[in-house]
Amino acid sequence: MSVEAPPRPATPMPPDGSSAGSRLGGLLLRWWRRLTAMRTAIILLFLLALAAVPGSLLPQRSLSQNNVRQYFADHPTLAPVLDDLYLFDVFSSPWFAAVYLLLFISLIGCVVPRALEHARALRTPPPPVPRNLLRLPDSGELRSPLGDAAALDVVEEELRVRRYRVVRRDGARGPELSAEKGHLKETGNLVFHLSLLALLLGLAGGKLWGYEGSILVTEGQGFCNAFQQYDTYSAGPLVDSGDLSALCVDLEQFRAEYEENLTAASFTADIRYGAPSAEGRATTIGVNDPLRVDGDRVYVTGHGFSPTFTVTVPDGTTFTDLTVPFLPSDPQMMASEGALKLPDIPGQEEQLALEGFFAPTGLVQGGLLTSVDPRPLAPQVAIFAYQGYLGLDSGLPQSVYSIDRSQIERGRLTEVGAANLAVGESLDLPDGTRITFSGVKEFAAMQFSHDPGQVWVLGSSITLLAGLLGMLLLRRERVFARAEPARDGGGTVLTLASLTRGGGESGSRFAILSDDLRDALDAPDAAPTAPEPEVPPRD
Amino acid sequence: MIDSSLAELSDNLFSVSVALYSVALLAFCAQLAFGRRSVRSRELAGVGGGPGAPTPPAGQEAPETAQGTRWGLLGMALTALGAVAHAGVLVTRGMATDRLPWGNMYEFATAVVLVAVVAYFVLAVRQPSLRHIGVFVLGPVILAMVGIGLFLYTEAGPLVAALRSSWLGIHVSSAILGSGIFLVSGIASALFLVRTRRTAGEPGSGGGLIDRLPSAAGLDRVAHRTAVFGFPIYTFAMIAGAIWAESAWGRFWGWDPKETWMFISWVVYAAYLHARTTAGWRGRPAAWINVVGFAVVLFNLLYVNMVSTGLHSYGGLD
Repeated sequence: MSVEAPPRPATPMPPDGSSAGSRLGGLLLRWWRRLTAMRTAIILLFLLALAAVPGSLLPQRSLSQNNVRQYFADHPTLAPVLDDLYLFDVFSSPWFAAVYLLLFISLIGCVVPRALEHARALRTPPPPVPRNLLRLPDSGELRSPLGDAAALDVVEEELRVRRYRVVRRDGARGPELSAEKGHLKETGNLVFHLSLLALLLGLAGGKLWGYEGSILVTEGQGFCNAFQQYDTYSAGPLVDSGDLSALCVDLEQFRAEYEENLTAASFTADIRYGAPSAEGRATTIGVNDPLRVDGDRVYVTGHGFSPTFTVTVPDGTTFTDLTVPFLPSDPQMMASEGALKLPDIPGQEEQLALEGFFAPTGLVQGGLLTSVDPRPLAPQVAIFAYQGYLGLDSGLPQSVYSIDRSQIERGRLTEVGAANLAVGESLDLPDGTRITFSGVKEFAAMQFSHDPGQVWVLGSSITLLAGLLGMLLLRRERVFARAEPARDGGGTVLTLASLTRGGGESGSRFAILSDDLRDALDAPDAAPTAPEPEVPPRD
Repeated sequence: MIDSSLAELSDNLFSVSVALYSVALLAFCAQLAFGRRSVRSRELAGVGGGPGAPTPPAGQEAPETAQGTRWGLLGMALTALGAVAHAGVLVTRGMATDRLPWGNMYEFATAVVLVAVVAYFVLAVRQPSLRHIGVFVLGPVILAMVGIGLFLYTEAGPLVAALRSSWLGIHVSSAILGSGIFLVSGIASALFLVRTRRTAGEPGSGGGLIDRLPSAAGLDRVAHRTAVFGFPIYTFAMIAGAIWAESAWGRFWGWDPKETWMFISWVVYAAYLHARTTAGWRGRPAAWINVVGFAVVLFNLLYVNMVSTGLHSYGGLD
């Protein structure tokens, strides 16, 4: 990828015996020019596109920690190497940042001088008429019986109606007129590129001061906005965890509705929200319809079932309403898996745990439970009961949705019973403990998001689009005219030419302009002999 | 819920439109075969310019026989009929399911191809020399339609909950428009590449189809103009998608595979528009970028929906 710097006006060579400082300065200047050249920008755009590719082909931590862990398990030798190259965190990697920062520096180096230039151009009148007008791509001659000044008046009027800026000058060969419009095209270009910068700043602000937490909430339960409450959360480096907005949300009811063919039709959650001690306001949120309060948003991102158990231990102590969310393993039929752990049963050495499979509408075939409908029409659980040591205080983190298999392998945890239960049915363990499947509630996966940058990102996207439209669809046009007395006596010969930058055929518009002008010029005394303007054929 | 007779009509119209496009393709072939009197004389008329060469003035385009013009008009008429049937596919499916007919990959891809056909038709009406590329537009169109019918077909059905939003009409419609227009732009750039390779090689070597294409500069201009038209629409699709994602998924941008590939294609098209005005990149290099841009759009449609798993998994394929 060798890119040569475009030819530039030669930088003044430092005089012989110059200091190292000025040589360095020259070198820096050369590099700066190289970086801000358009060719470099194109290469950087390519690099940016290329750099994003691995982010979609390899699992990313920002999307799914689980997929990354799975990849490590599947490719034990390759994965650490890829990890060293930040290939599981592509979009926050230093090399991705290097590419887009270079691109934005290149953009600044390109746009700022252009903006200054444009500001100057806005204040300068249109340039003088070129000497040989008929050489311009669109040009022609018109004859008029009017005097030269009067004829140019007509042209000026016609151009001002078309919103041109017009300047009249006296040339060597007669009075001249220069007109110009379409500065908005360049303005659009600058607005577009500056909006990109603003968008990047908005994004960065959101990353620094934004945070996000997720939690599974079963019906009847709630949460308050604090990091220690969330199942998982991520926060920008400048977020002060003591300074989160005080908002609590209680989930009162969750509803999932389905079409006849079991396509999910809607998910809605009735919630109550407000400050921690306040009564709270009721509302309903759902898919595509989050709760928005003062720059915070609360979403329902998923749902599932929380089976409820009642456990009665041999001494008669009863634990009622033990509700644990089971994670859906089959999103179609909502079959789910999970575990219930009871590490502290008073007066009992052994810890108790259940691991199981839940089906909202169960069907047992050959002793195996499957789910045949995502709606809780006939809920069933298949549970395995374990007694012994769960290893919760071993220091190693473990999932709340499954039990630690290694404790079973070491013989510290033993299976003491298994059963398929419908609501109301019980499993009796050998030691006399009774486990009853007492019912089921729905849970909602909720997400709390705070991103102070996003309104800036939205604003800059809108100006970006406006700038883009102006830049791509507007034209910058100059029209020049010169009036000379006709050689064969009476009247004036008008030489007319136009110059267009960007967008579409200019020939047809020039033809319309000269037609209109011919009509206007002939109007006073309707001279019949106006020659056709010499518009060369285009396309 | 689902009106099965309308759904069936939609499926039949799909076959009808493929059949009409195929006949139109034959007519365009006939136009190429019988259209030009002499290829060699046209070659001498001086279309020998490289990529940057100015357009040969319209007067020097080789005259077309009356027979060729008739075949071309027939091809255009059949294309229009095919497009009407093609639009009927979507309209009847929308009526059958009582929703916008772009809820899965089959419907999305069908709509993209329709936009491409309509965009080409409008261009060819305004600029008759473009009728000569009818074969090269309808060929890919027919291939795409057959592929869509064979591999992407999905029964008419209701929308999943996540898609029930007014943003479906805004984000997906603009993505369809942008992609369809980029398809035409990509074809024009591909033909430009073929055309310029030919002229750069041995001119006047034969009467191949390639010599009957519109001028290189004309193809380049069509490619650029359509890309310029499509780019803001595509940009809008991306912004609308981000706004929808903010209310659906809890963040406006999350590098989901579909988002990532849309970003990549957007960057590639931005590179194309820059390259078109940069010395050293004009002509063939820029045209290559445009072709790569469409390849990325296509990859985004096929790979991301069929292979990778992300939030945009609405393909309806199991």
